[in-house]
Amino acid sequence: MLVISEYGQLLIVLACIFGFLMAWGVGANDVANAMGTSVGSKALTIKQAIFIAMIFEFAGAYLAGGAVTGTIRKGIIDPALLADSPELLVYGMLSSLLAAGIWLAVASWRGWPVSTTHSIVGAIVGFAAVGIGVDAVQWGKVLSIVSSWVVSPLISGIFAYLIFKSVSRLILNTDDPFANAKRYVPIYMFFVGFMIAMVTLLKGLSHVGLSITFLQSVGLATVAGLLVMGLGAILLSRVKVDAAADKQFRFASVEKVFAVLMIFTACAMAFAHGSNDVANAIGPLAAVVSVIANNGEILAKSALPGWILVLGGAGIVIGLATYGYKVMGTIGKKITELTPSRGFAAEMAAATTVVIASGTGLPVSTTHTLVGAVLGVGLARGISALNLRVIGHIVTSWVITLPAGASLSILFFFIFKGIFG
Amino acid sequence: MSTSSPLTLLFGRSPVKPMQEHINKAHACTKALVPFFEAAMTGNYKEAEKVRATIITLESEADALKKDIRAHLPNSLFMPVPRSDLLELLSMQDRIANRAKDISGIMLGREMGIPKPIRPLMMRYLKAAINTSKRAKEALAELDELYETGFGSKEVDFVGSLLNRLDDQEHKTDEFEIKMRRALRDIEQDFPPIDMMFLYKIIEQIGDLADVSQRVGSRLQILIAR
Repeated sequence: MLVISEYGQLLIVLACIFGFLMAWGVGANDVANAMGTSVGSKALTIKQAIFIAMIFEFAGAYLAGGAVTGTIRKGIIDPALLADSPELLVYGMLSSLLAAGIWLAVASWRGWPVSTTHSIVGAIVGFAAVGIGVDAVQWGKVLSIVSSWVVSPLISGIFAYLIFKSVSRLILNTDDPFANAKRYVPIYMFFVGFMIAMVTLLKGLSHVGLSITFLQSVGLATVAGLLVMGLGAILLSRVKVDAAADKQFRFASVEKVFAVLMIFTACAMAFAHGSNDVANAIGPLAAVVSVIANNGEILAKSALPGWILVLGGAGIVIGLATYGYKVMGTIGKKITELTPSRGFAAEMAAATTVVIASGTGLPVSTTHTLVGAVLGVGLARGISALNLRVIGHIVTSWVITLPAGASLSILFFFIFKGIFG
Repeated sequence: MSTSSPLTLLFGRSPVKPMQEHINKAHACTKALVPFFEAAMTGNYKEAEKVRATIITLESEADALKKDIRAHLPNSLFMPVPRSDLLELLSMQDRIANRAKDISGIMLGREMGIPKPIRPLMMRYLKAAINTSKRAKEALAELDELYETGFGSKEVDFVGSLLNRLDDQEHKTDEFEIKMRRALRDIEQDFPPIDMMFLYKIIEQIGDLADVSQRVGSRLQILIAR
């Protein structure tokens, strides 16, 4: 208690710095995975991708990031056990941020693929289980989080499979693919707009102070979907048949139609990613702020201050602007096999899955969900060559990241405890 | 900082364009047989040797492409078609180039002449065989469209029609072969017997060229019928 009144301001400042740095790391490293497919398929230039990412990552973080932030902030740890020594929560959250941030930096430098989500969750579980006690962890919640890491790639794979099969049947495998593309693509656009709006309205906007009924949400989401469809139709009307390109490859013009659709799925991906990953940075920050602002009381229900979401969103955007764009370019250069007709299916499936996860407060890895979606398209015979070894890589990264994050976090926890008492 | 994302590890190199490049090279080998025969028929073996050098270069380029494709098709690759079918198709494509090289090699080695009476028929026969190779190449040109539609039935039917034309052309070449043998039989007594035997061999090899091209079509059919 004393610690909090003595060092409260310092601790909040530290938390803000670490949280911002973590958000910067997310923007610098992880956004590229969400946007890389759009750049690689040439549906977007890097400049357009950055522009879209900046706007929609921030929007996703602010409008739909509340639930996942809540989970990370107070869903993993049982507050009751910390009532007597709330400063431990503060130390723990600070160490988690520092641990996850450092792990992210090291892995990026070494070129290892790392999930920001797994790092922070591992770090929090680590300091809580070892630093405080095994009972401090809400293992039921942790189990549901871990299962969501396995389930989200599977679900997005199934979605992607179905979406691509529908594209195959309705558009690609018809007598006039170009005409059918122009006819059916607006419907996909509607669904992208509808789905994102729906989940945001249903689950995300509570901290903004709006509360709407389910029917109102459906209505508003439908309007949003129609607006997206309208905008999309305008852009589509400018796409003309390119006879010269069609001579080389009969579906060149059809792919141009899908490229327009991919602009919208890219926005959805950025939104979904922002909504799920901002929590990795600001969840711990929010916990620290909440404890210190309430003078050491760990309240079960406390609202998420808006400025924290802004800080997180800004961190992501700045990380993207200062470094992330380079990573995006590198990844985009290497993912050229994903043409728009496939890319949009993967992105639509992944964005839907991640946004639903965000709505239910589950922190998932956007990257792994996207990999699952691509595999789903591959199963539908949509991709020429997929390296199944990547699944092994992903499992390995879980096995390494969770203990690494936990160990670092435990280390820092005891250091903080030593410094501040 | 270098970052490897699971997404960059996920995609293997598509074999489609390399396969199409390979058969283009193989077909270029067979096309080069026309100037080769024209030089050989007039007894101009200096010129024929130059053309053969081109054929050899093209064939080794095709070989390099073939090895490169094989190197990029590890067992861990998940593809919409069976890996073994793809590799068999590639082997068959490669035989087209090899046949062209063999034909030119035998003729150059013996500085073979073609008897005047059968020269026009021989050129028509050769061109029929080369056309078979061309039809195979055209069928393979649809490979990227096949992949694009996810092997949809419309595209498969279209490729089926191309393969039928390939079979027809192979039949035509077969008929030419019969005519060639007959024509040669009518005049074989007037020429040295060993030269005639080698000429029969050349006729057989040109027929093989068409045959291998047709088998490329069969392999393609097996590939897409899943």
